[in-house]
Amino acid sequence: MKLTDRRVQAVAGLLLVGVLIAAPLGLKPHGIYLLSMWAVMSIAAIGLNLTLGYAGQISLAQAAFVGIGAYCSAILTTSYGWPFGAAFVMAALLCFVIGWLLGYPALRVQHHYLAFVTLAFTTLVFLVLRNEEWLTKGIYGISGINRPNLFGWSTKAPRDFYYFCLIVLAGVSWFTWRLVRSPWGRAFMALRENPVRASSLGVDTRRYTLMAFAIGSALGGVAGALYAPLVEFIDPTPFALSLSLNLLLMVIVGGSGYFFGPFLGAIVSVLLPEWLRFTDGLYLIIYAVFVMALMVVCPAGLLGLVEKIFKPLSKSGKAAP
Amino acid sequence: MNPVLEVRGLYKSFGGISAVENVSFEVHEGEILGIIGPNGSGKSTLFNCILGQLKPTAGDVHVDGRSVTGLRPCDLNRLGVSRTFQLLQVFPQLSVRENLILAGQEHQGSMWTRLVGACDAGLTEAANRMIDFFRLVHVAEEKAGGLSYGQQKLLDAAMAFMAGPRLVLLDEPAGGVNLTMLADLRERLRAINQEQKATFVVIEHNMEFVMSLCTRILVLAEGRIIAAGTPAEVRNNPEVIEAYLGH
Amino acid sequence: MALLQILISGLATGAIYALVAVGFMLLWQTSQTINFAQGEFVMLPAFFVLAAMKFGGLSFGMALLVGMLASLIVLGLLFKVLIVNPMLRHGVLPLVISTIALALFLKEGVKEWYAAEAQSFPAVWSNDNLEIAGAVVSVQNLVIIAVAVAAVLLLQWFLARTRTGRCMQATAQNPALARILGIRVERMILYTFLINAALVALASFLISPIYLAKFSNGETLGLAAFIAAIVGGFNQVRGAIVGGLLLGVVDNLAAAYISTQYRGAIPLFVLIAVILFRPQGLLGRAEERSV
Repeated sequence: MKLTDRRVQAVAGLLLVGVLIAAPLGLKPHGIYLLSMWAVMSIAAIGLNLTLGYAGQISLAQAAFVGIGAYCSAILTTSYGWPFGAAFVMAALLCFVIGWLLGYPALRVQHHYLAFVTLAFTTLVFLVLRNEEWLTKGIYGISGINRPNLFGWSTKAPRDFYYFCLIVLAGVSWFTWRLVRSPWGRAFMALRENPVRASSLGVDTRRYTLMAFAIGSALGGVAGALYAPLVEFIDPTPFALSLSLNLLLMVIVGGSGYFFGPFLGAIVSVLLPEWLRFTDGLYLIIYAVFVMALMVVCPAGLLGLVEKIFKPLSKSGKAAP
Repeated sequence: MNPVLEVRGLYKSFGGISAVENVSFEVHEGEILGIIGPNGSGKSTLFNCILGQLKPTAGDVHVDGRSVTGLRPCDLNRLGVSRTFQLLQVFPQLSVRENLILAGQEHQGSMWTRLVGACDAGLTEAANRMIDFFRLVHVAEEKAGGLSYGQQKLLDAAMAFMAGPRLVLLDEPAGGVNLTMLADLRERLRAINQEQKATFVVIEHNMEFVMSLCTRILVLAEGRIIAAGTPAEVRNNPEVIEAYLGH
Repeated sequence: MALLQILISGLATGAIYALVAVGFMLLWQTSQTINFAQGEFVMLPAFFVLAAMKFGGLSFGMALLVGMLASLIVLGLLFKVLIVNPMLRHGVLPLVISTIALALFLKEGVKEWYAAEAQSFPAVWSNDNLEIAGAVVSVQNLVIIAVAVAAVLLLQWFLARTRTGRCMQATAQNPALARILGIRVERMILYTFLINAALVALASFLISPIYLAKFSNGETLGLAAFIAAIVGGFNQVRGAIVGGLLLGVVDNLAAAYISTQYRGAIPLFVLIAVILFRPQGLLGRAEERSV
């Protein structure tokens, strides 16, 4: 029974969905909260995977977009009474536009320089979020962020909100899947693998990279818009460079450029600390050593490792349509 | 009638070293121009300047009467100029057919139609025609990385022709190809030249290949053109012989 | 006059940034290593010294020597052998990720195994102030500037006048050619790592008395190193020095004359501006466009 068999994949997919739906049953609120956090971080990681894994651009700006999305949705719903749906769309749109504006000049520079530009951007956004109290309430934060009420379904309870996050995650996944299967996905792969060749075939590298970056940023905004009602109180602290680095590690550990990489990376980054709680403060140290070891053994991440092991059997889900 | 390609007074220097000096020539529709010269004569640099890979220090390049100097390679490609590479540049993890579809996709529709894959059916058909033409049917589904060198060369050429270009620049197409494949390649190139009225410019070291394929030849030495004419004229030109043997 | 004081303290901070930036730049130039852990590299040596004093009962002087030695071994040799070497064949990105993970490891390691609170660090200088041209200048600032200048001059002399130094420069410019010329490229690269370890250790000993030794110091110091190196100019030591000094002065001026809230923003704007408009930095040489 080969791994590429359509039926096997369908069954595996159904099992996965089943596990995700059944997961909160029997879990305490904190456990369900973590599952929701996993879903939210996965969305942000999917966005970064698009920018980094598919289009090959090293971005350290994702935390800034999560922050912008979170604050956008929080401010619009608490201060201006916008309905959640509208605030959600606004957050995604705003991040898309800012991503485009940032990317337009920034993507002209070489990869390693882009890392530094996006690093600076993230720190600047953090400073703005912290200092502009009239807008963001600065270090005092915004509290009382309500969870949405969708067509009569209240998502206030932990389990309901988790299912809501799951629905958004499903939507984002479907969208990204279609995107990378489309000619755009082919163009992304081409400009990542061999930009010189791609360019000589008419692939407008600049345009495609910009789109990947902007869409990735918009997905960061979507994650942020979900993050705010999940934690119900936001302040600038989480939206700093360390989150960007975390998301980067998530994407790489899961497997950069693999469709399921972000999900796996988010599990390692969000859920594993909980399961390893007994190690006290050592978790991060263990995580750091694990990442370094993984980079030596298999820089293509966990899914790359899986592919290596199952090489004779499967065609992978990696970025080739 | 404008020449398909016109290069005027092209110079390219790197620091103090002048790789291309005052090169000017024209190529008309349907011609197959060969550019030969000893190693280091500036042939690749010339190509790269024409194709937008490098910015010329001076001079300009016109395609169909329109200035294209310094345009990006992808913009040039959209104007109908394509190329093959000396060092193979196919996408190894894509199949042969997928490589061809990729090669053609940017010439159909717009970014938006591409997002929804509206032109994919047409592209697949065009790819199949190309596969037939270059006789790659038996490997159409295989990953390009698994093909033999000669087959990859054919694929590389096929990719350059997918979009029906006006002008194709071939960078050492015969390099490393065995004799039977070579005859095939030459025959296919001649056929497509007739069919599509495509104009070629070919850099080559393989004299026999160049002399038998090209209608006209330019000889470069130390960045300058030292001879131009039909294969027969060039073959007997004493300066050309000197340039090759005198090193 | 207040401006002179600010300038001098700016130069002092800048001198420290310069040391760190030079090391960062040398690593990048010779071995394509973008060391995201450079800030943590500056944070760590102080803790080696503190540990030597606390657990080894050594005097401050001896502890400094032990700290320097430990830095050379851990941040120079071990870093190269255990992390950089295995990563080289995988390319730049995996190495960058590894240094990010390494930064996390060092930071959490110190927090977990030494202390989470800031630790005071003894100074080599007295806390006096001198009066020069009517301005009050602390001995501290003067000593820092003097030590940093001495270190940089020593480094420049080494690179330009000794055979090994010139081999290192050759390796940085063209490793393949250097190898053909018989230069032991691997060894030259190792020397770069050792030099970086020495520079960061020195920076650590200079800065810790002022800002205290804390596990989280790495973030700001690392950022300063990146900004200084890129703004100053990537292909030369002089560039990193100028970048560091400039950054220190700008930083101090901003703190004095602009709101402290956005003090950190000025260097970031400068960084973005330089990368977008003059990526080779203020002193660097432009590189040829290809594609």
